[in-house]
Amino acid sequence: MSESQAKSQTHAQPHDEHFSHHVRRYLYVFYALLFGTLITVGASFIPFGSRGANIAVALFIAGGKAFLVAGYFMHLISERKMIYGVLGFTAFFFAGLMALTLWSFADFPPHTITH
Amino acid sequence: MQATHAIPHSGIHEEHHEDAGFWRTYVFSTDHKVIGIQYGVTALCFLFFGFLLMLMMRWQIAHPNAPLPLFGPLLHSIVGDQMAAGVKNAAGSIIGYSITPTLYNSFGAMHGTIMVFLAIVPLAFAAFGNYVVPLMIGAPDMCFPRVNMASYQSYVVGGIIMLVSFFIPGGAAQAGWTSYSPLATSIASHGQTFWLIGMIFLITSSLLGAVNFIATIIQLRAPGMTWMRLPFFVWAQFVTAFLLLLAFPPLEAAGVMQLMDKVAHTSFFLPTGLAVGTLGHISGGGSPLLWQHLFWFLGHPEVYVLILPAIGIVAEVIANNTRKPIWGYKSLVYSALTIGFLSFIVWAHHMYLTGMGIRVATFFQTTTMIISIPSVIILTCLFLSLWGGSIRFNTPMLFVMAFLPMFGIGGLTGLPLGFNFSDLHLHDTYYVIAHFHYIVAPGTIFALFAGIYYWYPKMTGRMMNEFWGRVHFWLSLICMNLIFQPMFAQGMAGMIRRMSDGGANYTAAHNTATGLEVIGGLSDSLIRLHVFILWAAVCLGLAQIPFIINFFWSIKHGKPAGSDNPWNATTLEWQTPTPPPHGNFAKAPIVYRGPYEYSVPGHATDFTPQNEPDKA
Amino acid sequence: MEIPYTTEVRKDTGLYNAKVGIWLFLASEVMLFGALFSSYILLRVGAVEWPYGWLNIPLGTANTLVLITSSITTVMAWASLKMGNFGRFKMYHAITLCCALTFLGIKSYEYHDKFIHYQVDLKDGRIVDGHMEENNKDEIVILGRYAKNMHDVLDLHERKDLAKPAPIKIERSDIAYMENYGPWHNTYTAIYFTLTGLHALHVIGGAIVIFYLWAFGGKMWKSDPERFTNRVEISGLFWHFVDLVWIFLFPVLYLL
Repeated sequence: MSESQAKSQTHAQPHDEHFSHHVRRYLYVFYALLFGTLITVGASFIPFGSRGANIAVALFIAGGKAFLVAGYFMHLISERKMIYGVLGFTAFFFAGLMALTLWSFADFPPHTITH
Repeated sequence: MQATHAIPHSGIHEEHHEDAGFWRTYVFSTDHKVIGIQYGVTALCFLFFGFLLMLMMRWQIAHPNAPLPLFGPLLHSIVGDQMAAGVKNAAGSIIGYSITPTLYNSFGAMHGTIMVFLAIVPLAFAAFGNYVVPLMIGAPDMCFPRVNMASYQSYVVGGIIMLVSFFIPGGAAQAGWTSYSPLATSIASHGQTFWLIGMIFLITSSLLGAVNFIATIIQLRAPGMTWMRLPFFVWAQFVTAFLLLLAFPPLEAAGVMQLMDKVAHTSFFLPTGLAVGTLGHISGGGSPLLWQHLFWFLGHPEVYVLILPAIGIVAEVIANNTRKPIWGYKSLVYSALTIGFLSFIVWAHHMYLTGMGIRVATFFQTTTMIISIPSVIILTCLFLSLWGGSIRFNTPMLFVMAFLPMFGIGGLTGLPLGFNFSDLHLHDTYYVIAHFHYIVAPGTIFALFAGIYYWYPKMTGRMMNEFWGRVHFWLSLICMNLIFQPMFAQGMAGMIRRMSDGGANYTAAHNTATGLEVIGGLSDSLIRLHVFILWAAVCLGLAQIPFIINFFWSIKHGKPAGSDNPWNATTLEWQTPTPPPHGNFAKAPIVYRGPYEYSVPGHATDFTPQNEPDKA
Repeated sequence: MEIPYTTEVRKDTGLYNAKVGIWLFLASEVMLFGALFSSYILLRVGAVEWPYGWLNIPLGTANTLVLITSSITTVMAWASLKMGNFGRFKMYHAITLCCALTFLGIKSYEYHDKFIHYQVDLKDGRIVDGHMEENNKDEIVILGRYAKNMHDVLDLHERKDLAKPAPIKIERSDIAYMENYGPWHNTYTAIYFTLTGLHALHVIGGAIVIFYLWAFGGKMWKSDPERFTNRVEISGLFWHFVDLVWIFLFPVLYLL
């Protein structure tokens, strides 16, 4: 209540004077995201050889956009170790779910039909 | 100040509320202690109901198609002729009602669902966790009290939906608690739909609870309560919360997809070419295996959710009743963390018989074997903790001492199931039922009983009756073993689970075909064991009566605890008034030492509370 | 004793409570959508043939740009509060809410389009594929084309040989089977509706929270500005996550 002014001293967020610098950064990220969207659509019409290559390109661009949103809009780039830890484990388990499930579909005894 | 009634009322800080009325205090409370008790009482009711379902199932197995005694007519009036068939005598008049195979299947599916999701997890994780964890870490409440209340309410809604499903035409879900598609989708009742919607509420409740627990343990530890000074119970709950947080969502996704299959007639899990009359026109193209992967991705961490809080309780009670520190605190902590991590990558050992290739099966077999190591380390540390202890054989201690060998049996019998070559023989047999029930029934539930007897004086200011506690213990221990030990033999002989007549038809048909008495079918003696098991189960039910009476009677008439810390324990929950008031502590306690400073040489008493300062 | 660290950070973690809470919740959401994405991959890899070109790319692109815009207005709304400007906060979040409504509007239009798009299998073996124009007792009129075979219906990849849509009248007695492009049509529509439907539910949820803070935030802004700013930050984190999911949904469902 009345302690909130004192509390803001211990807050980890940047102080007001630095904010215009942050606002500019948000704007650059916004432009980058718009650009990223347009090249995602454009790249989907360019044949890169195989279907797999097109998928890789699209996911790479999407990954870049995701990095920007997560890193700058969600402030992950300057977040605490605790949060990185939680997200790191999550990423590992997500990857495990996807990879192991797909592997089990791909690895089956010879001469059997899976679907 | 010594309050005398069980429900905390505003004591320490009056800042922001006048005495809240009945509804805000007892029903819509955001106080973690009230919510913990709400979870506990609700979960015990579901435990009782799941037990009744099991008794009816065991009757049907032991006496196939015989009239169900006592409950037959009541059952018939609820579920009707389709599910509770009338049994006629020679003259053609109805003498009773029996459980049809369809009803048996719905009891089986709901017994599993209710016991796992509505009884054990809410009791072990939410009830004990909510009441004890904030007190143990020196916090005033959980991090997000209103989210806590929402979590409980979501649980109640989910539970009601599950119960209501018994009353709809066609009955409750019938495809096992595992709800494999296409069976789950193609059964023509809406029981499965209710199950799925109920699960969505239960999963939401667990997710909200998990967020609360993890945030509370990270953020609200009292000054001086470092990670390595946390009681092991808190570590166990912390890992459990992570398992719930990250493993439940894929099941929620799968549940949504199966709900779409059921209601919107999609084919997520329905393969092409399936011709089942009740399904109607489907597009096909789906994969039944996908459901299994997503289900067991939760299903395996779920079993660690069932055991870890119990292990936590065991550690607390052992330390307290041996008057010495737990042996290997660091080993216990690292083992719990390792178990939590590994439990996410072992799930397909439930799917060895789905036609997986050798490489994938070997991978899961390897991780399954590895995960047994930290489990053994934990059990070893707990056993070693007894060595040289000054053991007090009170009721909680009896339960946790029995937990150790029972969990040992349950865990060791899991090894043949973890190897894919032996699982080929044992999968889906009674051996599996015996294995997991040994862990959950004389395992987890015993630890939960211990927790109730142990923390009862903190919640009510009175002790539960010691004599009837011992009666409860010995009868339960004997009956549990009599029920589940024979099932290992039945399973190894090949008796398949989920057969509503206990294998009688299978045996009879095979024996008629071959003209032989025993070879190939199940021997008569194995089938007769069903009757023996039924009587043991009835005795187990009767053994709970002293406990239920003790639980309610002791609230008003139990021996007064005599102090805020009747067990002379070191952990912070015992350093509060009884019951702890709203806000728990007047100001944050300061922690000076670890959680198990019992029998410290040179100290005046044989225990030193965590918040006791060093002398000078 | 009050619950500490609701606004000031705890020293050893550097975080306030709600921030820990929302990131934990977002971790669970990653697993939720991750499981659905995994299912998508599995169903597609296992499918004999997978549709292509069934979704309107300009509309999907527009929706992507709408969500990206709402993302920057969300972070700007929070930044405005950090700089003490409540009026700016109201303006930015008003735009956020408009973006949310626009997104849902475009999505509804797309869903409706699928529900009136029919595949009609005729008794003589031909397939008519297009939008239902008239639905009368004895006949229907489809604005579409005759398809040579199922491949013709599924794969619209760079198809220059496709006939232009024209009204086709079909007697009901000639129809062997008729189905619209709802989730039941095939596994592609099933996963499309499930993924985008669940995402849309999250958009609605996020929008409701942001609306509540936008409409009724004045009181808490006056009494406890730092706590209110934190609430806006937390709701913003959830909103950015919703945008993140769409960043992957769009190429996966619309383009690939």
